[in-house]
Amino acid sequence: MRTRLILAALALAWAFAHGAHAQNFNDPQAFAEQDKLLHTPPQGPAGQPWLQWVGGGLESTAQFKKPGPYRVCFSNAGVGNPWRVVGVTDIKAEADLLKQDIAAFTIADGQSKDDKQISDIADFVNSGKCDILIVSPNTTAALTPAIEQACKKLPVVVFDRGVNTNCPVTFVGPIGGYAWGIQSATFMADHLKKGASVLALRILPGVDVLETRYSAAKRIFDQRGVKIIGAEFTEGDNAKTKSIVEDYLNRFGSIDGVWMDAGATAVAALEAFEDAAKPYPVISGEDQEDFLEFWQKHRLTAIAPTYPTYQWRTALIAAIRILKGEEIPRPRWNLPQPAITQADLAKYVDPRMPPLFYAMCGCQDMPGYPQRWGGK
Amino acid sequence: MLARRSFAPRQVHVSLLALLALYAAIAVVQPSYLEPASVMNFLRRAAPLVVLACGQLTVLLTGGFDLSMGSLVTLTVLGGSILIGNDPARTWWAIGVLYLIGLATGLVNGLVVSRLKVPSIIATLGTLLAARGGALLWSGGSPRGYLPENFRFFGRFMWRHVPVIEILPVAVPIAAALALLFAWLVHRTVFGKQLVAVGDNPRAALLAGVRVGAVRVTAFVISALAAVTGGILLGGFGGVSNDVGQGLELQAIAACVIGGTQLMGGGGTVLGAVAGALTLFALFTLLNLLGLPEPLRVAIQGAILIATMASGSLRRGAAAGRA
Repeated sequence: MRTRLILAALALAWAFAHGAHAQNFNDPQAFAEQDKLLHTPPQGPAGQPWLQWVGGGLESTAQFKKPGPYRVCFSNAGVGNPWRVVGVTDIKAEADLLKQDIAAFTIADGQSKDDKQISDIADFVNSGKCDILIVSPNTTAALTPAIEQACKKLPVVVFDRGVNTNCPVTFVGPIGGYAWGIQSATFMADHLKKGASVLALRILPGVDVLETRYSAAKRIFDQRGVKIIGAEFTEGDNAKTKSIVEDYLNRFGSIDGVWMDAGATAVAALEAFEDAAKPYPVISGEDQEDFLEFWQKHRLTAIAPTYPTYQWRTALIAAIRILKGEEIPRPRWNLPQPAITQADLAKYVDPRMPPLFYAMCGCQDMPGYPQRWGGK
Repeated sequence: MLARRSFAPRQVHVSLLALLALYAAIAVVQPSYLEPASVMNFLRRAAPLVVLACGQLTVLLTGGFDLSMGSLVTLTVLGGSILIGNDPARTWWAIGVLYLIGLATGLVNGLVVSRLKVPSIIATLGTLLAARGGALLWSGGSPRGYLPENFRFFGRFMWRHVPVIEILPVAVPIAAALALLFAWLVHRTVFGKQLVAVGDNPRAALLAGVRVGAVRVTAFVISALAAVTGGILLGGFGGVSNDVGQGLELQAIAACVIGGTQLMGGGGTVLGAVAGALTLFALFTLLNLLGLPEPLRVAIQGAILIATMASGSLRRGAAAGRA
């Protein structure tokens, strides 16, 4: 009887797994746009990518001008992962740098829950104690109405995940997921032979930025004749990542390349090669400190595309500029999205920092570095 | 009583059969799983769950639950990396401190349950939250350091070029030795009989002179120490991460149930718990190989848990009817 139940459950599982797919995460037009932005030189002060922008021009925000100092309110989706921990540290440090313009900087932690964040935003709007609202939305669709409501009362800046409305004064974010896929897959294809095998390791299905990273990479691998031998979901779990890579190494004997849509488990994937006594693959990871150190130590052929945490700084800078009525890139502030390569690896490796510190934080010159970011 | 005793071994056979069936299914999907090195790798990955299931079994036998296990695993991994602070010389000291934390957690669980009469499912839910919150607070929400090679030895190291089995991961003999130790403790000692007696009928046990409170506290301490051991193995295998222990308490309980343990206490075997852990792990492996997403995996785990319990109690009912 139990066996029959398991079989029924499995059948059900299959049915679900091959069900819902709707949104287009493989849009050739968006791919081409981001490819173009990737090759567009950024404008703004050199060496300070958090102040730069790619494509588009500056537009006035004079209608929001107010006398300072300002009360800035920030509704944060949460600090549920190490990337967000680095990011929220960035924005707090930026608030300290801008303290002559800021009377109060209040953060509400949405605890990664839509309903909590929606009520946080409503509380901010109704408090009358915010001159401007910064939002890093937990999810796109759920937060859109709350942000539309907020826009009616005060200027809003959105960053990181997007919303389905143009009401914010500006949306701050790096170029996008397609750009990530283009950078990583182009590098790997350049360093692999035609017909080489690549294992794609992904976190979860259905998240737009992650889906676009993969679809762009797949497009390039397909064009360049690199074979994707598997695309597996790791849920960002080290043990699971390692198990998956071990299984693939068992099955195929060797793997030439490992592509990742996020790098938190890159070292676990590389350890599977070590444990199986196989040569390291060509790999694309991310700007986590542990991966960068591993790369330097073992002289990998690698690249680290980034989803820079310095965008947290930019969001606050944008908010202050809006209240001062200065010109800013809008309605979209595209930040440069650099990839760390062998050439500038040494600049980003800092053994004082914790393993999941994201090096592309633009925070290395900020007061309190490295201790404030958990370094020694 | 009689019906139960004859029931337990039969349930073990069922879970062993399920394990063989699942492993066969894995081998169909992925024939490389039949190679000795792959079997060893499978056992290495399952080793932490085996240890956790053995620990959970001691509490389940007394009629309690230990929900704090998974959080304690996370605390062990994050805390270990902080205590060691990238200095391998501090590994042994840190492991000592981690076991003391485990000991303290187990004592708190046990004392709250036995002295304050708080149901264990609530008491250990409290320590689950406390340990998880403590781990995140201690680390600031992100891992603060690495685990050095000498810490990771237990979960990661393997002897190569071993005859017949090709590789021997050190985690496998560790888990096997601990399973034997648990089997001896549960099935061959007075303490083991007291565990079952407390779970079967605490009042009768009390009247028979069993120190019910002390037995309960000891069971929770053993479970917590098993969780720390599981954490050391898992941290060794995969390195530091924030959510390494998430959901492991339910997996450990599920493993015991699949292996024929009764959730109301008083019945269960170590062999069953080990077989259940391997069965559950084989199921996860199969679902991974089939490419099923995580939420489905969780749902299927729940469905199987309910199905196993239902089939167990149905059969128990039938057995009681015959007797």
